[in-house]
Amino acid sequence: MKTPKVRILAALRVWQRNATVYKRTWKLNILPNFFEPFLYLLGMGLGLGAYITEMEGVPYINFIAPGLLISSIMWGATLETTYNVFVKMNFDRIYDGILTTPINPKDLALGELLWGATRGTIYGGAFLSILFLFGMGLHWGILLIFPLLFIIGFMFATIGLLFTSMIKEIELFNYFFTLFLTPLFLFSGIFFPMNQLPEVVQTIAWFTPLYHGVELSRGIFNEVWNMELLQHFAWIIVVTILNTSIVLRAIHKRLYN
Amino acid sequence: MGKSTAIITAENLTKAYGTLKAVDGVNFQIEPGTCFGFLGPNGAGKTTVMRMIYCVTPLTSGSLAVSGNNVMGSMSAVKKGIGVVTQDDSLDYDLNVINNLLVYARYYDLTRDQALRRANELIEFFQLSEKREAHVHTLSGGMKRRLQIARALINKPSILILDEPSTGLDPQARHHVWAKCHELIEQGVTLLLTTHYMDEAEQLCDKIAVMDRGKIITEASPWDLIKTEVSPHVVEIRGDEKARNVILNAVKERIDFHEALSDRLLLYTQDATTLYTHIQDMDIPVKTLLSRRASLEDVFLKLTGRELID
Repeated sequence: MKTPKVRILAALRVWQRNATVYKRTWKLNILPNFFEPFLYLLGMGLGLGAYITEMEGVPYINFIAPGLLISSIMWGATLETTYNVFVKMNFDRIYDGILTTPINPKDLALGELLWGATRGTIYGGAFLSILFLFGMGLHWGILLIFPLLFIIGFMFATIGLLFTSMIKEIELFNYFFTLFLTPLFLFSGIFFPMNQLPEVVQTIAWFTPLYHGVELSRGIFNEVWNMELLQHFAWIIVVTILNTSIVLRAIHKRLYN
Repeated sequence: MGKSTAIITAENLTKAYGTLKAVDGVNFQIEPGTCFGFLGPNGAGKTTVMRMIYCVTPLTSGSLAVSGNNVMGSMSAVKKGIGVVTQDDSLDYDLNVINNLLVYARYYDLTRDQALRRANELIEFFQLSEKREAHVHTLSGGMKRRLQIARALINKPSILILDEPSTGLDPQARHHVWAKCHELIEQGVTLLLTTHYMDEAEQLCDKIAVMDRGKIITEASPWDLIKTEVSPHVVEIRGDEKARNVILNAVKERIDFHEALSDRLLLYTQDATTLYTHIQDMDIPVKTLLSRRASLEDVFLKLTGRELID
């Protein structure tokens, strides 16, 4: 069946609604985002770093920091489009109200994706500022990371929302986080180079989203410019576009019945 | 049929969920500036009809036009002209009273100035001024409902849909909501409501469609329904079944018809006073004997053989 086209302006109205709510609590909300990277860098970088002084030619702390940055975007964006969207959709009935206005389900979905990307960017931005404090990534090439925070946030927002569109019970998010995101976190090359892993794991990793973000981020941070970076970027763009079109339809189907 | 002036026209409107037909081939026309009510028990299909009108549920078949727009083709255009008060509270609990209105105004692309002016008018009209900055969860049930109606009116809709507007409200709050509805009708807003309360339908509606099991079984003004479907007066008797039967047999010739329910006997008549005195004079012991005006509840009972609210 033909479904109505998504409209950016209508989606921005939904984004604005979330921003209005966030404005009320952002000061309380944002603080942990700064502590988290601090704790990671302290615990893993300095703790583990005492044993592993160098990896792939850089201090261990510099090896893991770019990847951790991307993982913080992943957590931020997916939390928004999983639990928060689920609650708005099923418990708080926020969408029941919004959908009686000219906002249609696809507009609503795109608004939530943009907001998820924004939250991911906030998480990532806080993380990044701590990395700068530690003296990492202080070069002109780092400017490339800024648009990436949002783009990668958007990609993970689509992944979270797709899962949300498929489930009816909030408990099922445990599976998403434990069986999908946690393995991504551990096996996407954040803590050790992928080439240490069996070929089959590397192949699987190529099909997962976090890996490409981590490689891209590390390349930018450590100023290793090569064609592979473009490939990782292309992977992210293609998957994001495909997933967006799938998830908009899925939400339309879920909310218009 | 001549040229239609209707603001909402449904033809053979049907909604099926699998094999269950929630709405089953329904036809109706709603004239602008009137109050049209859908009356029926829970599960009759009233809410589904409403949801199709405000474009959150697609039609399975048939057609539905609102202000000349097909609801399946131009969702946003249709929704722009409709204000909706859903049955369940759909207020935004993350926002305070004024922001519920302002954020809603943005969904209709109102400018900040327009939104603020309109929100202030509505807060005044619904007597929420003292709660302007309050959080939604601090409001009473009646205030929440008023805020929901206010929010639905933010874009000055020509049609206001109220899905069970007074369910869960205390009598005082109900009357307040009804009074506001009357004012809106006077302002020219077309009101569309569902209810399973007879008094609400009688109070507000110019026309009523009685729904049962997905179909409209009859449609007329409240008073016409009572006049044509039942007699204007009812004598109601509670007491043991034997006594009720004795009375029924004795007065059978004097009444228009009767309904024998499990706990009471309803005698429909043109002349309640004579019948009432006659039964009183029979001196048969019963628990209660009362004479009252016939209501929509009687209409529903007559049409479906079932009571509206158990």
